[in-house]
Amino acid sequence: MKRWLIALFLPLMAAMPAFAQDGDATVKEIEKYRQALADGNPAELWEARGEDLWKKKRGPKNASLEQCDLGMGAGKVKGAYAALPRYFEDTDKVEDLESRLVTCMVMLQGFSYDQARKNPFGGPDVKSDMEALVAYVTSASRGIKMNVALKHPKEKEAFEIGKKMFFHRGGPHDFACATCHASDKQRIRLQDLPNLTKQEPAQRAYTSWPAYRVSQGELRSFQWRLFDCFRQQRFPELVFTSQGSVALTLYLAKNANGGVFNAPSIKR
Amino acid sequence: MADPMKIRANAMGDKVIVKVLMSHEMETGQRKDSAGKTIPAWFIQQVSATHNGKTVLNAQWGPAVSKNPFLEFRFSGGKAGDKVQVTWTDNKGEKRTDEATVG
Repeated sequence: MKRWLIALFLPLMAAMPAFAQDGDATVKEIEKYRQALADGNPAELWEARGEDLWKKKRGPKNASLEQCDLGMGAGKVKGAYAALPRYFEDTDKVEDLESRLVTCMVMLQGFSYDQARKNPFGGPDVKSDMEALVAYVTSASRGIKMNVALKHPKEKEAFEIGKKMFFHRGGPHDFACATCHASDKQRIRLQDLPNLTKQEPAQRAYTSWPAYRVSQGELRSFQWRLFDCFRQQRFPELVFTSQGSVALTLYLAKNANGGVFNAPSIKR
Repeated sequence: MADPMKIRANAMGDKVIVKVLMSHEMETGQRKDSAGKTIPAWFIQQVSATHNGKTVLNAQWGPAVSKNPFLEFRFSGGKAGDKVQVTWTDNKGEKRTDEATVG
């Protein structure tokens, strides 16, 4: 096993005796562990790489992403993520950050659609440019309140689709997102599962993604979070930047409205 | 070419607190890949830091240090505007040096 296990289990073991009587004590110990990690969050390395990628001339058209319109006007990055996903006129679609970045890479830089969607998630042998760009753009929304609009009919439609997906039960385990995330005090092993149908936990959860996952040594985007939730539910693979993934993101982002965005963060 | 480090250096009284984030795989040489083959060791072996050219920290690291390591240390005698330079060398001989100004 990887060496992070040692680092992870030390604070947990310290909390074990208390755990039997008091679950809150365990939660507090995990919180301490997270705080100890927060100073020197390696997500900053992704943010820096993402900023370089954003400004670098790349692709067949040899252009940077600096003219990319994330919804606040061409090239405006600050606060953009707090208002995504949203409807874009040029594509006539509701897009989240990742799908918007794909759009910009195709339209501005001349990449093919498949090239732009290559390596959505980093792993042992692959560095993901997408996750670096996500880190850079989201970091520019730190401290800004989530304000996803639900004005355009297509945004409303996506919200309803996302909601339906959230409560839809299926797969070999007859699972839905709601199975774990629609009641209080649920847990998977020692991780608390937020009740995403309530405002406060929904805000806290959504505003903490993307995050650097210590156990994976990677920065993970929201698309990855949903992708992995689908895997855990034994659902069919959630296709990167698919309409369904954007709809579910919109549903969760809207429920987090008013929460102060504070990511990229760090998680176990 | 390795990714740049993130270095923050801040003066606190007569001390300077330096926080360094390094981008490195830090592979132990103990793990196996999906084909069952050992992944060769690849980790930072030497870390040194200088303040205006004078060495203030020298460290020998091994494979027990985590991926993307974070290092915090303090030294005395520095002030705002000074230069702090950090260098690491890994077991493949690869090197990276970055500089920060004390704020």
